Amino acid sequence: MSAEKFSGYKGEVLEVVRRVDVEIGDLIRITKGGQVFEGILIPRSEYGDDKHIVIKLRSGYNIGVRLTPDAKVEKVGKGEKPAFVAPPLPEQNPALPKVSIISTGGTIASRVDYRTGAVRPALTASDLYSVVPELADIARIDAQILFSLYSENITPAHWTKMAKTVAEKIEEGVDGVVIAHGTDTMGYSAAALSFALQNLPVPVVFVGSQRSADRPSSDAATNLTGAVLAAAKAPFAEVAVAMHATVSDKAIAVHRGTRVRKCHTSRRDAFKTINAQPIAKIEENHIVMLTDDYKKRDPSQKLTVKPNFSEEVALIKFYPGMNPAVIDWYVDNGYKAIVLEGTGLGHVANSLFQPIKRAVDNGVLVAMASQCIWGRVNMSVYDTGRDLLALGVIPLEDMLAETATVKLIWIFGQTSNAEEAKKLLKTNIAGEFSERSIYGEEETSKP
Amino acid sequence: MTTEKVDYTRIGLKVGLEVHQQLETATKLFCACRPELFKEEPQITFLRRLRPTQSELGQIDPAAYFEFQKGVKILYEANTQTACLVEMDEEPPHPLNMEAVEIALTAALMMNATPVDEIHVMRKTVIDGSNTTGFQRTCVIALNGTIKVDEKTVPIQHVSLEEDAARKTGEEDTLIRYRIDRLGIPLIEIATAPVIKTPKEAGEVALAIGKILRATGRVKRGLGTIRQDLNISIICGALTEIKGVQELELIPLVVEYEVQRQLNLIKISEELAKAGIRPENLKEEFFDVTEVFQQTKCKVIQKAINKNQKVLALKLPKFKGFLKRELMPNIRLGTEMADRAKFWGRVGGIFHTDELPAYGITAQEVEALRKAVRVQEQDAVVFVADTMENATDALKAVLERAREAIKGVPEETRAANPDGTTRYMRPRPGAARMYPETDIPPIQITQKHLEKIRTHLPELPEQKLKRLMHEYALNQKLAKQLMNSEHAELFETIVKESKVSPTTVAAFLTETLKALKRDGIQTEKISQNQIRELFKALATGEIAKEALQDIAAWLSKHEGKTPKEAAESLGLKTLSKEELEKIVEEIITQNKDLVKKSGVKAFGPIMGMVMREVRGRANAELVGELIKKKLAEKV
Repeated sequence: MSAEKFSGYKGEVLEVVRRVDVEIGDLIRITKGGQVFEGILIPRSEYGDDKHIVIKLRSGYNIGVRLTPDAKVEKVGKGEKPAFVAPPLPEQNPALPKVSIISTGGTIASRVDYRTGAVRPALTASDLYSVVPELADIARIDAQILFSLYSENITPAHWTKMAKTVAEKIEEGVDGVVIAHGTDTMGYSAAALSFALQNLPVPVVFVGSQRSADRPSSDAATNLTGAVLAAAKAPFAEVAVAMHATVSDKAIAVHRGTRVRKCHTSRRDAFKTINAQPIAKIEENHIVMLTDDYKKRDPSQKLTVKPNFSEEVALIKFYPGMNPAVIDWYVDNGYKAIVLEGTGLGHVANSLFQPIKRAVDNGVLVAMASQCIWGRVNMSVYDTGRDLLALGVIPLEDMLAETATVKLIWIFGQTSNAEEAKKLLKTNIAGEFSERSIYGEEETSKP
Repeated sequence: MTTEKVDYTRIGLKVGLEVHQQLETATKLFCACRPELFKEEPQITFLRRLRPTQSELGQIDPAAYFEFQKGVKILYEANTQTACLVEMDEEPPHPLNMEAVEIALTAALMMNATPVDEIHVMRKTVIDGSNTTGFQRTCVIALNGTIKVDEKTVPIQHVSLEEDAARKTGEEDTLIRYRIDRLGIPLIEIATAPVIKTPKEAGEVALAIGKILRATGRVKRGLGTIRQDLNISIICGALTEIKGVQELELIPLVVEYEVQRQLNLIKISEELAKAGIRPENLKEEFFDVTEVFQQTKCKVIQKAINKNQKVLALKLPKFKGFLKRELMPNIRLGTEMADRAKFWGRVGGIFHTDELPAYGITAQEVEALRKAVRVQEQDAVVFVADTMENATDALKAVLERAREAIKGVPEETRAANPDGTTRYMRPRPGAARMYPETDIPPIQITQKHLEKIRTHLPELPEQKLKRLMHEYALNQKLAKQLMNSEHAELFETIVKESKVSPTTVAAFLTETLKALKRDGIQTEKISQNQIRELFKALATGEIAKEALQDIAAWLSKHEGKTPKEAAESLGLKTLSKEELEKIVEEIITQNKDLVKKSGVKAFGPIMGMVMREVRGRANAELVGELIKKKLAEKV
């Protein structure tokens, strides 16, 4: 509570704020150097110093007032807490499909407290309906908050919980599941669930936003309605990611969970399907499948849940001059598998051959993906590749390095048998690789 | 319309000004793009929708939500020179442009304002599409300043820095086009307290603020670089916010018209009250009168009916005659209703019985209409031809405006027209529309930084005026004109580099240019360089003082050409002393009778005749000297 009361203030300023007995939202007056500043006490950014008080002036502007020795701070009035009155819920149409929305921390909807500037996530079903009312025309929603995490803090343990929660929802009979997720590691989580949830009867669709949900221009609502539509009605039953296809609010691309990668730090269309086409595109509330090669929705299908993961897997990006001892460290620390992100067709410097050999001899599975991101590894073309194959390095075809890593994390959650692990790695479980490399621009990226 | 003398004190006129001026910086406010506009076809276009954000109170701006529900889409146009991912709202803003902060601080200190200790950038919700984000980034730089306007002290509430908005380039149905080149150009905003009491004073205050801003030497020049917003209210009226007055000269007129509008609206509400009509007497009941117009000659209605659209009508009891009442020149109550209908119903316009029969609508049709809507003699009918949905929305808006007319003056945000009148823009936004821009850390202003700016403050306009009079021996009138002309700086440059008499230069930069403009010459097309060259040529005697005006006019039509080329083309090259002597000699010879008769007194007429011959090609002093010499010889 007190954290909320004095949010962000520390040191000297916090003392003053406490002494005057004001909290966030109260009206205060600061008099110094012949000037009077009156306004509402506003939370201070945690990176701010301990010498300024932030107030919101009557004009609506915030300013920081430096607390000098001559400054006098007084409380002028008590702030009124805004009481949110949700608009009435839209009537639930019993004919509509049921979709479960699970929040893990990506803010897909929010409300602004203009008084203090706080932006609060809207997470419950009624919140979502009130912020994105058109959801009520697509599906009957139930919503659940599983975690509130920045996606960089998500670990395989969280994947386990996500997989189990989705399985519960599917058992309850929903027509699809949407998972709201921070975008940074959404691709990894999507891959993880692709492996952990097998024989899916309905779609599981990840969704996030690249531009904050508080801004009127946010991509959040469009992505969310797209994801809910896909979960409710799409003919596929796979784990997917639904995000903007371009920088326009026009089309939503639906990517296969094992093929998708965040390829831009900030653009709305940051997510791309690598080495394949997205599985579907949504435009004007219409789902268009872009491939025939997908697992069909089939509610009679019996879901298999394999939610265990091992954390003893490493992803190592090769670079010129890399110290070979890095690989030794992983071997010495008991890692079971290493994914090398090599150059070009799948190469690393020959200075790494010795530690790689040692790794393989110690029973560590070493596999090769390419840091080119696009394209397939082929280790038979050059001597280096052939040498690495001879050392026992497993080429990963056109699989993304990130997906390969997640796959091995999952594999070693299923087995500790090296041979079985190898067999699983080479088995196409969730469309994570393909035998053919088709030429093509990404369909949904066309202007 | 008769403009009666209005006693502004009695009606309690209060005007507050917000002056927005683009700054002359190397880059935009939140990224390194060039702060310039482009004319070519856009290289990039993208489509967006803006969704109003809900506030913690569950409120959404009604106008914004309405637009959203209507499915309004925005097509943004850009090129790669003037916009990057920041303007496209595809990347967070970069840190605040410190050059702009410095200019704003300079202006603030010149207005005796107190800079804030820490600048916090805010997001001001603006959802019409003019900002790709859906908000405008803005921050207060300083508070509580004052400026002197004649003898009055005008309080400056705040000096802010904000990003300019995208500019609208078109609108078709529910698609609005904006070009984002202008988005992000730094703007300084100066807001006065609502202490201005007359239209004339509003103009003077705006002029004074503009002068101080120009005195920083770091603001953009030219049309569109400065925009004024006005807050106007009178007793028993309402607060009207008028946006985007581009020309300073227009400000007094805008205030005058707004006062007229409010006074007229008050009068209308009193008369309607006297007629016994109340807001609740106006019923939300719309009549489908498509039948009435099946055979109509009115093209607009015909077209709508052909498209299977409807003609929908609304009855306004006891409103007969009020719709054609003029509020300000060419703006009637009916016009205001039409503005509302266009905004809320996206219709082309409305028809009402106060202006009919006309537009191909016959008296018979009007009669049939009145019958269909079952109106009495004193009632008015408003109708619209469009889709059922649009027509309904339009008439709802008309109804709302009619109810407001009974109550008096509605609070509105209006946009300025080029003739000084205004039109409805949107309802006034609620107060709750600003929240922090968390992507930009607060910026502390140190005392050291302020000291540095303080020691380099530019001259205030009044100081400069005194200095101009003193240093260049200009009279007060000329010095004042020079200050108002925006050419004071050029004046000093020219005097320093050409050594031409300051009074000559000042007179040219003020009176001569003004006279040319009056004659329809586009003097703004003469470059500063051309003017400087002009005086260099004058100093060396290549052209005569008398030729300045003609050469300037020629230069305005010949971009990049020199005064020398102008003189050649116009035949205004200065005559040599020999050529001049020859002409004097000739004229004296032609008039030898006169010279014989009058002796040295013939100087006046001879001078006149010579000057007529050589006007613009010779210096009058020299001509006089030569004539005197020759006459002395002859006599």
